[in-house]
Amino acid sequence: MKITIAGDKKEYPEGLTVAQLIALEQVETPEYVTVSLNDDFVAGGTFEATVLQEGDSVEFLYFMGGGAA
Amino acid sequence: MAFTNEQLERYSRHILLQEVGVKGQKKLLQGKVLIIGAGGLGAPAALYLAAAGVGTIGIADADEVDLSNLQRQVIHATPDIGKAKVQSAKESMLAINPEITVNTYYSYVSAENILGLIADYDFIIDGTDNFPAKFLINDACVLAQKPFSHAGIIRFKGQLMTYVPGSPCYRCVFREPPPPEAVPTCRQAGVIGAMGGVIGSLQAMEAVKYLIGKGDLLTGALLTYDALKMEFRKIKLPGRNDCAVCGEHPSILQPFDYALPSCDLKAE
Repeated sequence: MKITIAGDKKEYPEGLTVAQLIALEQVETPEYVTVSLNDDFVAGGTFEATVLQEGDSVEFLYFMGGGAA
Repeated sequence: MAFTNEQLERYSRHILLQEVGVKGQKKLLQGKVLIIGAGGLGAPAALYLAAAGVGTIGIADADEVDLSNLQRQVIHATPDIGKAKVQSAKESMLAINPEITVNTYYSYVSAENILGLIADYDFIIDGTDNFPAKFLINDACVLAQKPFSHAGIIRFKGQLMTYVPGSPCYRCVFREPPPPEAVPTCRQAGVIGAMGGVIGSLQAMEAVKYLIGKGDLLTGALLTYDALKMEFRKIKLPGRNDCAVCGEHPSILQPFDYALPSCDLKAE
């Protein structure tokens, strides 16, 4: 099935969960990533239970701390 | 308020713009922007806002200028090493534009002082380098209904978002600060100098647009910039009805401080 991830369409196996996608995409600091699925936040703690569907669009939102010092 | 000939010349490139004109320039001159953090993000933001003639600029920072700052914090120069960053920043801003007022706050922002700090300003720029400060600024701005620009930079990446009352806030996206040391900081991971210039200038742009009341602000979206891929992306941000500070039943009713690891208290 095709999923759009961070704007790029990619092929993934059927039945993929958000947690599996995070692992496949080698997301940095996966414990602290915020995920949006079709412009809605995926609630923390439901990454394993959230199964992706053909045509879904996923964004990863990362903490970015730097700025001043 | 009538413009002097010198002002007409200084701001001529603004006044020529249909979206600014004499009216918009007056709004800038009457505008008040607070910049929290006189570092990588705050430096370019402060310089552009001073040059633009934003009439009152507040700058808050508790650090002194360090040699390792100069690779990116373009508001400070080599002779400023050891000087309070707010003082160095004030001198640079007034050198560019002596007709503005610069208020300096040589201290950390905390739950105790933040509401008083932001009260007098129209727009706040978060140019801080740590999550406790970023969450504090978000909460205070939401509680006080103050628009602000959040940003973060690291390595070759940067991102920013704008909050105005009613739009999704930083806590909608990130909920809680990560544990200390869980997420790399610029000091540990490095940051390319021009990244502050790109993202801090975008923050200044949001402040200017807000003050003149033109264009669309970066609300309900996170703009990310990857310099290595040379890619900007605007990611739509949903709000959260259950957000702890801006949601329907907020549990945060007053600003509060998260503990800051002691190593982060010193300037990078």
